[in-house]
Amino acid sequence: MKYLRVISQALRAMGCLGMLLILISPGAGLAQELGDHQYTSQAIQAGLRIYSRECALCHGPQGDLVGGVNLRLGQFKTAQSDEDLRSIVTSGAGAGQMPAFNFNEADLNGVIAYIRAGFNPEGVAIFIGDPARGEALFQGKGECANCHRVNGVGPRTAPDLSEIGAIRSPASLQRNLLDPATAILPINRPVRIVTRNEETIIGRRLNEDTYTVQVIDSQERLRSLQKSDLVSYEISMAPSKPPTTLSSAEVADVVGYLLSLRGLQ
Amino acid sequence: MKPMRIPPYIFCIASLLAVMPASGQLPYERILNAHDEPQNWLTYNGGYMSQRHSLLDQLTPDNVSGLKLQWVLQNQVFGAWQSNPLIVDGIMYVTERPNSVMAVDAVTGRVFWKYRHVPVEGARICCGANNRGVALLDDKVYMGTLDGRLIALDRVNGQPLWNVEVGDVNLSYSVTMAPLAVKDKIMVGVGGGEFGIRGYVVAYEADTGDQAWKTYTIPGPGEPNHDSWEGDDWEHGGAPVWITGSFDPDLNLTYWGVGNPGPDWNAGQRPGDNLYSDSVIALDADSGELSWHFQFTPNDPYDYDSTQVPVLADMVWRGEPKKIMMWANRNGYFYVLDRVTGEFLEGKPYVKVNWSSGLDANGRPIATPQPEGMPTYPGNQGGTNWYPPSFSPSTGLFYFSAWENYATIYRSEEAEYIPGRAFLGGGFSVLAPAPEAPTIGIGRTNPINNWTNEMGYSSLKAMDPQTGEARWSYNQFDVSDSGMLTTGSDLLFTGGREGYFHAIDARSGELIWNVNLGSQIVMAPVTYMVDGVQYVSVISGNSLSTFALED
Repeated sequence: MKYLRVISQALRAMGCLGMLLILISPGAGLAQELGDHQYTSQAIQAGLRIYSRECALCHGPQGDLVGGVNLRLGQFKTAQSDEDLRSIVTSGAGAGQMPAFNFNEADLNGVIAYIRAGFNPEGVAIFIGDPARGEALFQGKGECANCHRVNGVGPRTAPDLSEIGAIRSPASLQRNLLDPATAILPINRPVRIVTRNEETIIGRRLNEDTYTVQVIDSQERLRSLQKSDLVSYEISMAPSKPPTTLSSAEVADVVGYLLSLRGLQ
Repeated sequence: MKPMRIPPYIFCIASLLAVMPASGQLPYERILNAHDEPQNWLTYNGGYMSQRHSLLDQLTPDNVSGLKLQWVLQNQVFGAWQSNPLIVDGIMYVTERPNSVMAVDAVTGRVFWKYRHVPVEGARICCGANNRGVALLDDKVYMGTLDGRLIALDRVNGQPLWNVEVGDVNLSYSVTMAPLAVKDKIMVGVGGGEFGIRGYVVAYEADTGDQAWKTYTIPGPGEPNHDSWEGDDWEHGGAPVWITGSFDPDLNLTYWGVGNPGPDWNAGQRPGDNLYSDSVIALDADSGELSWHFQFTPNDPYDYDSTQVPVLADMVWRGEPKKIMMWANRNGYFYVLDRVTGEFLEGKPYVKVNWSSGLDANGRPIATPQPEGMPTYPGNQGGTNWYPPSFSPSTGLFYFSAWENYATIYRSEEAEYIPGRAFLGGGFSVLAPAPEAPTIGIGRTNPINNWTNEMGYSSLKAMDPQTGEARWSYNQFDVSDSGMLTTGSDLLFTGGREGYFHAIDARSGELIWNVNLGSQIVMAPVTYMVDGVQYVSVISGNSLSTFALED
């Protein structure tokens, strides 16, 4: 009886909570897809063992004992991509202060995974690629720059990404590329508005209240509209961009680039 | 204009008049009959029935669009201004964070005096350094403080007359509510439900500050319902009282909404119903003796509290004359109770509720706890909360702010009681449509609503106590912590987090007039009359704005 009750509760909850299910447990398709973009939990847990044995002596259990470096929070002196980290581990750094480690591929992969998971053995560690390659993809093949602006260059119609690396997590940035429909913030959903004098406004919401809405329209004009003056006001649940067609390595590069965008320094 | 020259002996006569009793006094009888002087606003909720209904009718649906700003009083302290002003004979008494009181000319907004109490540094408040206002009685003003004290001031010059400890500040007892003055006593409850206190309501002699009675909201060993707790859980079980109660003079009962049991989110750590947490209690006004209780949420794992205003009305209810109590509870149900006996009469959900599948014949909820990681409706701030509702005897409707489409995901953990420290037993996150989306919290500090109505929105509901259902509702894009005010001309005034101050037709729910005051309105408006002019005052952000019709 107890089991039945639990199941019926779960069913009831699921019935009304499609929104959350997307959020907490991505559909099987997405999970599989993400598998190509992130480290496995086995790798992260293996990394914990390697880290404790080989790295913790100097870097400390929290990864913060070497000045200017906080491994757990992803703060490094020079490294940005996973490749950079690999190269530092296998070649050494700091003019001999950090020795070179001769790890096999699985152990090396595990250490990177553990660092990228923020030292949380139950966490998620996504691949982070090369920012320079990522920037090229952002400008070119990835078609990101068609809508997004960075450091004063590009259109303003989509959100400005100049400091996106400082305000969003790697996992969130990756999800915006792979599955934008579940990652877009509600305020950013595309809007289509028709006014009483028959003007159609396509744009992005900036702010809204009970009686008014503020948008940036497709001509990059700031518009404030009284809802009582509108014939129709549609908010699209679908983002204006489809899931990316970039490869797993390319997505990692773009994420690496986005993480390097930290606003005016 | 040149000052008039007045012979000195005139001043002597004036000072003789001043010592004569009755003139400008506010005896209990005046508060008891507050409805006879609608020009004043004498208690937190406008009268002992807590209806927040004024009989003033100079402002009407036809002329309310002509309201003009008369004056603004700026708060000097940053933070949500939840104070409810009282007005008596042209003078407004309003508190300011953390514990100041001002006497203000209700016509010009100019300040006569200001009393400042600085709480000791150790004072701990879960959710903001709030103070919701004062009580008035005879020639005194009474204010509770964040460091757990009750202070009596001279109403004319603001000088402190007595100052007593209500609760131990080192154990995180506090007072944020406006006190309740009944007969010759001043009553307050204590906050601290997030710090493992044992709650109570306490009454003091209004003249001296001597304690008259004290009734715990968690029964001790040997008292009835003590067995709704196990072991020593009752010693730190919370059950605070931080919203002003109501009073029925015929029954001689005061009514109080009691807050959450502690630790807040780990109900498994405190097995049992945890009485009288999440209940309404009826206490004898003279002795504090418990007459009856009704528990809304037994063994509450959601911090739903029951710190709402008990709203009283006498009406023919489903064909029978009844003394009822109406209650839109934070747990998502709207209740009608018999306030003579505490009997459950009606209860229905007014927002989406999934923690319970309904109420049984006695009003006890049928619990349906959600699996771990799944959202619970309504969310942590509740279907509604402490914001004062209004009941209009004219329309027969009960008005309050509800939060729609708002849910949270709870997690619980074992909590250790450490005196004076937070005793929470877990935490929660707000259900969001996307990871890392901005969410709703306590109060609003951002002029941009980037969480949107997908995270929750407000619905002003006009409940019919005869059916337990909403007759109409008026939605706002953001959620609202605003209370309600209704008038004899069937106007409904309210605000919201967006900063709009609204006048709504209390019968139809149609918006008649609004003005953007620029910041969150987190208390209810009040209305009063001086020299034949009806005023309506509301606090938005750090400004108290007062409106009236222009001549």
